[in-house]
Amino acid sequence: MSLLPLFEWSGQSAVGIAMSGSIWMFPVIQCLHLLALAILGGTVLVVDLRLLGLGLRHQPVSQLAHDTQPWLVGSLLVMLATGVLLLTSETLRVYYSPPFWWKMQFLLLAMLFTFTVRQKVVRSDAARIPPLLGRLVAVVSLSLWFGVGFSGRWIAFY
Amino acid sequence: MSPLELFEWLGNTPWSIALLESLWVYPIVETTHVLTLCLFLGLIATLDLRLVGLTLRRVPVSEVAGRLLPWALGGFALMAVSGLLLFYSHPVRAYENIFFRIKIVMLVLAGLNAFVFHTTVYRRVTDWDRAPIAPLRARVAGYLSLVLWCGVVVGGRMQAYNWFN
Repeated sequence: MSLLPLFEWSGQSAVGIAMSGSIWMFPVIQCLHLLALAILGGTVLVVDLRLLGLGLRHQPVSQLAHDTQPWLVGSLLVMLATGVLLLTSETLRVYYSPPFWWKMQFLLLAMLFTFTVRQKVVRSDAARIPPLLGRLVAVVSLSLWFGVGFSGRWIAFY
Repeated sequence: MSPLELFEWLGNTPWSIALLESLWVYPIVETTHVLTLCLFLGLIATLDLRLVGLTLRRVPVSEVAGRLLPWALGGFALMAVSGLLLFYSHPVRAYENIFFRIKIVMLVLAGLNAFVFHTTVYRRVTDWDRAPIAPLRARVAGYLSLVLWCGVVVGGRMQAYNWFN
């Protein structure tokens, strides 16, 4: 099934028309998208660096993960909401942009990985995380999120 | 030579034109500049949020600063190099853009704020290292840093528009 009708519908919805009809909506929403990116990236990094034995390595992983969780979830929600708004303002251009589809695949994998495997590992007792497993989880997490950010930036170019 | 003449000359140098018109290098430099936000601003914001008591309240402030700032400074170096390259690729367009000027002012203020924080209240960090919420002067520095860096990001993003030129 093609997603094209869904894209066309969202572009013609009231939100889509408001987004593409205003000169300042798009840049303002994009600024929010970028600010949330910084927070999301920071919270991912704090925990992943710790899993790699770097950064705040004297703190228990589970405590760092627990304390930064609201910022991770909050910034991700802001990114998703602003991302949908940005999408509705240029649906067809995005639909035919290969980097957009790379980004969606990376995003799906990154979210799945973060809230299943990574969540389970960072919540377990620090002493029970084999260092190699922690490192592997951090490398996978950082790679997937890098894929999201990198392909996201390239939507503008292709 | 006025700044404008200087930047006109700079923008006409062969390397500046080559960079702006390059198929791969320019997008890679721009992507580096944007993604380094996570490393630089993400970790600076973590310290700021710790100062104002909104995250990592059980971690001593000196540990957050000592263990994360080296990474943030590495991020800043990447930001500065990629940012200077972007400026070099279109110096006149940046110089004449009001949002770019706002960004530079915010950047200088953010730097001053960090300098004042580290040379005053942070010198006595041992007195309040484990306090879940830092003393007022440190909290003010944290909030100012958040606001000013947000301004830098917004100014940078809006620089793509020449609404007020």
